[in-house]
Amino acid sequence: MSVVPAEVRPGGGAPAASGAAADAAGLGPRARLWPSLAAVYRAQLSRARVARIPLLCVAVFQSVGIMIMMRGVVDDGGSDARSVVAGSSVVVVAYVALNLLAQYFGQLRAGGGLDHYATLPVPPAAVVLGAAGAYASFTVPGTVVTAVFGCLLFGLPLGNLWVLVAVIPLAGAALSGLGAACGLLAPRPELATLLGQLGMSAALLLGVLPADRMPEVIRLARDLLPSTYGVEAYARTFGAHPDWTFVAGDLAVCAGVGVVSLAVATWAYRRAAVR
Amino acid sequence: MCAVRGLTKTYPAVRGRRGVPGTPEVRATDGVELDVRRGEIFGLLGPNGAGKSTLVRQLTGLLRPDAGSVRILGHDIVRHPELASRVLAYLGQESTALDELTVALAAETTGRLRGLPARRARAERDAVLEELGLGPIADKPLKKLSGGQRRLACFAAALVGERPLLVLDEPTTGMDPVARRAVWAAVDRRRAERGTTVLLVTHNVIEAETVLDRVAVLDRGRVIACDTPAGLKEKVAGEVRVELVWRDRAPLEVPEVAALHARAVEAGRRWTLRLAPEEARAAVATVTGGAAFAALDDFTLATPSLEDVYLALGGAARQGLVRT
Repeated sequence: MSVVPAEVRPGGGAPAASGAAADAAGLGPRARLWPSLAAVYRAQLSRARVARIPLLCVAVFQSVGIMIMMRGVVDDGGSDARSVVAGSSVVVVAYVALNLLAQYFGQLRAGGGLDHYATLPVPPAAVVLGAAGAYASFTVPGTVVTAVFGCLLFGLPLGNLWVLVAVIPLAGAALSGLGAACGLLAPRPELATLLGQLGMSAALLLGVLPADRMPEVIRLARDLLPSTYGVEAYARTFGAHPDWTFVAGDLAVCAGVGVVSLAVATWAYRRAAVR
Repeated sequence: MCAVRGLTKTYPAVRGRRGVPGTPEVRATDGVELDVRRGEIFGLLGPNGAGKSTLVRQLTGLLRPDAGSVRILGHDIVRHPELASRVLAYLGQESTALDELTVALAAETTGRLRGLPARRARAERDAVLEELGLGPIADKPLKKLSGGQRRLACFAAALVGERPLLVLDEPTTGMDPVARRAVWAAVDRRRAERGTTVLLVTHNVIEAETVLDRVAVLDRGRVIACDTPAGLKEKVAGEVRVELVWRDRAPLEVPEVAALHARAVEAGRRWTLRLAPEEARAAVATVTGGAAFAALDDFTLATPSLEDVYLALGGAARQGLVRT
């Protein structure tokens, strides 16, 4: 029995039916979108920092390794070199935002971790966007290192590297939205991992290898993959006189896919949280 | 405070696949009726699989019942499950969502997501960590903590951002006595100061007897009794529990021991018997003398516990309630 006697408890002996109006006052506040998004973002970023640094290193080594391999068959400064460097940089984004995020949400769903968020008055969009944003920003250092290394290796100009400021968040949004949706929709966590891995492999193969010599089917698949548009946008900026309209167009595709996939992920979260 | 009427949930049968046996249809909660009063610590007691967690998931809006109603502070949780998070704080059994955060960040983030402004979340975080003695480990990630400490950190997160109802699913699992005391002290303080109501899920009978005001005993999805722990124990007041532990094996060649065997629940070398007081006296006299005594390792006599109530009420699980 508790040490607090029933008589001293406020309202302990009061009848339960004190009126619906008074009861309605018992509602706690609702968490608003932006503050809760910021809180989720911050928590996820700290999580990623603690647990994912080795994985980010793996992603960078993988991309650097690919570029070194391709160096043997691709000439300096040509269009092939451009797509190799741009593709390798975006693969870092795909690895973290698509693959790792799909795994994270798959495990969270399987392990009952979604209950934690589902019993807090937080908008579903805040949870999904916060996590997606954190994973996307977590790729920044790796992507920049890969891009700089690639430019030096293939003798490409570093002048337009600033375009990564747009490429990373937009490709990040598209890929992390896909990753989150895969993780939340997959019925089992192993399946989420598999989907994430497959998506990453697709981004790797279709993004890095120059498209001109590919068969028609592969080129179609390449056009369907959102990361391709990030790669294209970035590759265009290596030219002497890049056509910024096309760059903006490619990035707009990324942004559009990002909006749709994040909306799907939010819907999937809502569906997974309450059964 | 919280009224549950006719709550029913059936998990559909799962067809077996290759390597995975199918499971039959399970009625996890079966017409459950409960009334939890404001300011009380109300317990749900039952063995694993009795439907406790399913019931709690329906009360917290995580699971939609097939039929029945749940009203918390007058709000219809079945119709508006999203309101549950604004009237209650839930401590589930899993910590997956918080595992890689530090204790401080887990508490602060949870407070923020409960709608607290940043400054208030930080202040409440500091107060709760101080109250539960988590200050020294505030900067450690939950993953690096022992099971009991991690549980306490999750409990801390549940307390940041006051709610009038706390739903705690086996909160003290794995905790040492110091941590347990911290949990119950924190619960009592909130109850005394703000009239907080607590719904506690447990399969630990000792805990149930010491902290609960009232308890509902669950068995196979049904409430088989609901009363104060003392009131429930009166139902089996006429019985005494005798536990015998044999050295190697029971001396069944002694006729009195053989007679007891029929009424004993066996667990390895341990026999548990529920007997009328005079029968218990006779049994103790038998086993403390002669050939039976030579084979006896240990014995205890005890007044009935909630476990005995559970069994007397027809609880199906012979084991599953814990006394620690």
